[in-house]
Parts: sequence; structure tokens; C-alpha cells
Amino acid sequence: MIELSLNILDITYNSIRAGAKNIDITVRADFCTDEMEISISDDGCGMSEEMVKTVSDPFTTTRTTRKVGMGIPLFKMYAEMCGGALRINSEPGVGTTIAATMKISHIDRPPMGDLGQTMTTLIGASPATEFKLNFVSDGKEYIFDTKEIKETLDGVEIENVEILSFLREMINENIENLIGGKIL
Amino acid sequence: MKSLEELQAIRDRKKAEINNRTTGENNIRIIVGMATCGIAAGARPVLQAFGEEIESRKLENVTLGQTGCIGLCKYEPIVEVFVPGQDKVTYVHMDAKKAREVITSHILNGKPIAEYTYKE
Ligand SMILES: Nc1ncnc2c1ncn2[C@@H]1O[C@H](COP(=O)(O)OP(=O)(O)O)[C@@H](O)[C@H]1O
Ligand SMILES: [Mg+2]
Repeated sequence: MIELSLNILDITYNSIRAGAKNIDITVRADFCTDEMEISISDDGCGMSEEMVKTVSDPFTTTRTTRKVGMGIPLFKMYAEMCGGALRINSEPGVGTTIAATMKISHIDRPPMGDLGQTMTTLIGASPATEFKLNFVSDGKEYIFDTKEIKETLDGVEIENVEILSFLREMINENIENLIGGKIL
Repeated sequence: MKSLEELQAIRDRKKAEINNRTTGENNIRIIVGMATCGIAAGARPVLQAFGEEIESRKLENVTLGQTGCIGLCKYEPIVEVFVPGQDKVTYVHMDAKKAREVITSHILNGKPIAEYTYKE
């Protein structure tokens, strides 16, 4: 992936497919400590311990009863390549959290890219799902929450393209403003 | 910076608009493959471009959808166009510019762009 926001898009589709009603995406970038974390948390169907092992290491697991997915292994590869790690916490019937850490300055780290477009693409894919983006950087926070947006919209469809374009720009502007000249 | 007040203004304008969007069997459907391989190959801006064209040209009989793996990973980004009464057209190696061309040629003028289609 050329942008980490594309990994976020891909990983969050898993949450939608898992039937999640609420999906929280957190991006934490601490420029002081040179650490970043991306986490995607959902209240979808969850996975068994066995399943978690298989999806994070599909090639070392012997029991392959299904087609191997590449989304999680790819995200894991980026995290490990960039001085971090991928962690999966999942419980059947409760939900899943997938979190990746990385060193911000690592030479192999793809840029975050268009996180606004990732959010609006997700909303377009599943308008009924509630998405929350927490963007935290050096103690400052920006929250984008579709619940709040839908309240503001008062019945006008959130998946309307003009509205999505507006939201995309709003998210990107707020993030840019928050990190103020730094590059993520 | 864009704010919720500005969103309220768009909302009020949308509320006043008459929505002529049809959702019948005669709709043209454009489907973009958004599985891992599609996203990695650039499907997100392709979807965005189709959305913008459909909105700005007010194409009320066109619906845009997303799907998972179409099964032709090395041809991604893949787009399928369904025009009622015609064979499905599968476009491969798409980008935002080609998406806009598909709208003008195929959707508006009824001429599929053979050059961009999948050939076995
Ligand atoms: N958030 C989630 N909740 C439940 N199951 C999940 C979740 N994320 C991944 N999975 C399971 O792990 C599998 C592998 O995911 P992934 O590596 O993204 O590949 P793919 O999506 O192509 O199958 C998924 O097909 C799904 O069965
Ligand atoms: Mg996946």
C-alpha cells in the first residue's frame, strides 16, 4: 500500500463484514517520542483464538480450510518493517481490535495519505455503521464522529457525494491543523 | 477550516432540492472492486472519481457500489458496469482519469471503451 490510510480502509472493511455497528479508528502520532499507533476497534462478530493465529500468519499455519486473506498480513508486515508490531485482540461475540505501532521517522514507513478519503469511502460503503475517528498528536485531539454528523444532517443522507466530499476535506483540514506543518 | 456550521448550510440546500434519484430496475450500476488487491492498486480514487462525476452531472439513474474481490487480482482496479439489457462490461487497470472517460463515453454516450476492458 502506498498510504497507511489505505491499510486502514482495508482493515476496516473486515470490521464492516464482521457486522460491526460501531467502529472506532484511532491514530496516535507522538512526534516527541517518534512513535505512532493505528488501531481499529469494532463490535462485530469477533474471532476465535485459533482464527486470530491463522489470519495473522496464514503461511505458517498448517490448517488452511479457507482462501488466505492478505489484508492483515500486509498490515503486520508494514508494522514490523517500520520498527513496530501488530496486535490483535478479539473475542467471539464481542468484537475485535487490531493495532499497529510504527516508528514515525522510519524510512520504509508509507505516509498516512488521505485519511479523509478513507473515512468517506467507508461511510459510502456502509452508511448505517457509526464510525469514529480519534486523531491524537502530542496531547491534542481531533474527533470525527458520524453520530454527530448525522444529527447535524437531520435526515439528509450522509452518503450523498457532496456531503462526503465536504466531510473528506473537513477531516483532512482538521488533521493538518492539528499536526501543524509536521508530516505524517 | 470547514466546520459543522458549513455542513448545516449544505444540509439546508439539500433539503430544498427535489430528489429525482430513481432506484428501479432500469438503473445503470457501476461497481468498484474494493478488496485488498483493488485498494492496493488504486481503487479508492477510482471510486471517488465515479462518485464526483455522478453527482456533478446529476446522473439520477446511475448507482455506484463497492464490492469485495472480483478474482482477477492482477487486473485491479476493476470496475464492472451493468447497463440494463446489455452484457456486463468489465474495465481493468482503472484510474480516476479513465473513470471519468467511462462516464462520458459509456454512460452518457452508450459507447463502452474497448481499450480499457478485460480480454481473456
Ligand atoms: N474485525 C474482524 N472481525 C471478525 N473477523 C475478522 C476481522 N478481521 C478479519 N477477520 C477475519 O480474518 C479474515 C482475514 O482477513 P484479511 O487478512 O483482511 O483478509 P480478507 O479480508 O481478504 O479475508 C477475514 O476474512 C475474516 O474472516
Ligand atoms: Mg480484509
